[in-house]
Amino acid sequence: MAGDAAGNVPIKRTPLYEKHRALGAKIVPFAGYEMPVRYAGDIEEHLAVRQRAGLFDVSHMGEFEIRGPGADAFVDFVSPSRLSALPYGKIAYSGLTTDQGTFVDDILAYHLGERHYMFVVNASNKDKDFAWLRSHAAGFDVQLDDLSDETALIAFQGPLARGLVAPLAEGFDALAVPYYHLAEGRLAGRPARFSRTGYTGEQGFEIFLSNADAPHAWDALLEAGAAHGVVPAGLGARDTLRLEAALPLYGNDIDDTITVLEAGLDFIVDWDKERFLGREALLAQRSAGPARRRVGFEVRGPGIARHGQAVLVDGQPAGFVASGSIAPALGKAIGMAYVPATAGGLGRELEIDVRGRRVPAVVVEMPFYRRPKAKKSA
Amino acid sequence: MPRPEDCLFTKTHEWVYREGDEALIGISDFAQQELGDIVYVNLGEAGRSLKTGDQLGEIESVKAVAEVYAPVSGSVVAVNAALADSPEKVNKDPYGDGWLARIKLSSLGELDGMMNFAAYSKHMADEGH
Repeated sequence: MAGDAAGNVPIKRTPLYEKHRALGAKIVPFAGYEMPVRYAGDIEEHLAVRQRAGLFDVSHMGEFEIRGPGADAFVDFVSPSRLSALPYGKIAYSGLTTDQGTFVDDILAYHLGERHYMFVVNASNKDKDFAWLRSHAAGFDVQLDDLSDETALIAFQGPLARGLVAPLAEGFDALAVPYYHLAEGRLAGRPARFSRTGYTGEQGFEIFLSNADAPHAWDALLEAGAAHGVVPAGLGARDTLRLEAALPLYGNDIDDTITVLEAGLDFIVDWDKERFLGREALLAQRSAGPARRRVGFEVRGPGIARHGQAVLVDGQPAGFVASGSIAPALGKAIGMAYVPATAGGLGRELEIDVRGRRVPAVVVEMPFYRRPKAKKSA
Repeated sequence: MPRPEDCLFTKTHEWVYREGDEALIGISDFAQQELGDIVYVNLGEAGRSLKTGDQLGEIESVKAVAEVYAPVSGSVVAVNAALADSPEKVNKDPYGDGWLARIKLSSLGELDGMMNFAAYSKHMADEGH
C-alpha cells in the first residue's frame, strides 16, 4: 500500500501541541507546523461539529496588524474591498490581490479601531503575505506587525458553540455578538478576542489568545462541552466541513493563477473604488466575462474526485478539480472545479478523470450544505 | 479469522494469511489507522492474475487514496464484495471482515521472504511509528 509520505522539514508547534498529543491526535506536518489531523476520526468529528460542536486549534494561521496614518488607504489598496468603510469591530472576508486580479491570499480583515486593522491569513502563506504587504507599503505611512508567532487561535464551531462560550465569557454578552463581528473580553479569566467567524458552515467563534493562555482556554472549552458531546476536531474534519460549505481553500480553490471573478467571489470587490491592486484586470474581466468559473459538483458514479484531477466536458478535458472529497453530512462525494463558463450551468453533466476512470458528475448549487435555520425562541 | 500474529507482512502494509495453496490479503491495522475513515474500496474483478507488486486495488479514505499492491503472485479467487457497501469494515476489523481479496498462490516460495508480525512491528518501530 502506498499513500502520502510525510516530509522531514524543520517544523513548529502551536501552544496546544501537548494537548493534542494527550488527546491521542494523529499529528501531521501542515504549513510548517505539527498539526492534529484527527483525534477519533474524520467523519465522527465532522458530524459532531454539524450536530453539536467541535474545537479546533488553528493557531498556525497568521495575524498581522496594520496601523498608522496611511492604514485606511493602504488596506483599501491591497484588497479589492472597501475595508476602511467597515465599522469598528466588523470583519470582512476579502483577499490580497495581484495586479492580475488573482489571489496572493484570501483573508479575514478586522477593522479594530481608528486606522487600525488586523488581517488573518493562511498559515501556508503568511511569510509570503507579509513580504507582499511590506513591498506595497512604500508611500502609505503604515506600520505592519506580524503577530503570528505570539497569537493562538481556537475555533469553536457548531450549533452548541455560542451557548457554551457564553457562560465562560466575561466583559461582553457572547450571545449578542453579531455574525462577522469581534468582541473583546475574557475567556475563563484570560484576555481574548472573540470573532463571530468560522470555516465550517456552522455558527461559532474563532478566539484569539496569547500563546500562554491558550492551553487554559482550550481545557475550559472542552470541559464545558464534554457533557454535551463536544469533541476536539482536526484538520481533516475542518477540510470536509469547509468543503460542504463551499468555502475556498487557498492552494486548492484559489491561488495566484485564479482571479476573484473566476472564483465567483465578486462580492469582495468594491467596483467604485478608484484604486486597488488588480482593479484594471478585474474590470476588463468583468466586461468580457470570465472564461472559466468555479462550480460545485456531485459525483454520480463510484469513486471520489480529488484536487488536480481533470474534468471532461463533452468527453474532452476542459477543467480541473479544485477540491474534492466525501461529504460526511451528505453521504456523497462532492467537489469544486474550474470549468469553462459555458459548461457551468446547474445540472450540466461532467466527467472526472479519477486515475484513468471516467466518473460521471453533475454541476450542483453551492454551498452543498446549509445549516438548518435556528428556531426562534420565545 | 486470522490474527496478526498468524500473518506475513509487506513493507507497504499489506498482510497475507496462508490457507493451503490460497491466501487471504488485507491491510494492517497500522495502515487503516494512517488512512483514517475509509469511504471507498475498489478491488476490481476476481479472476485476474497478478504478480507481486501489481496493483490489486485502491482504498480511499476521507483524506487520501492509497493503492493496494498484490503482496504475492497468483490469481484473484475472490474479492470482498461486502466492502463496496461497507468500506468502514477495513477500519473496524482489518484482519477479519475487512479482508480485501483471496489469491490462489502461484508460488509458495514467495512467502519465504516476507516479514512475520514481530519483524513487521520491528520494521515499523525502526521507521519511527
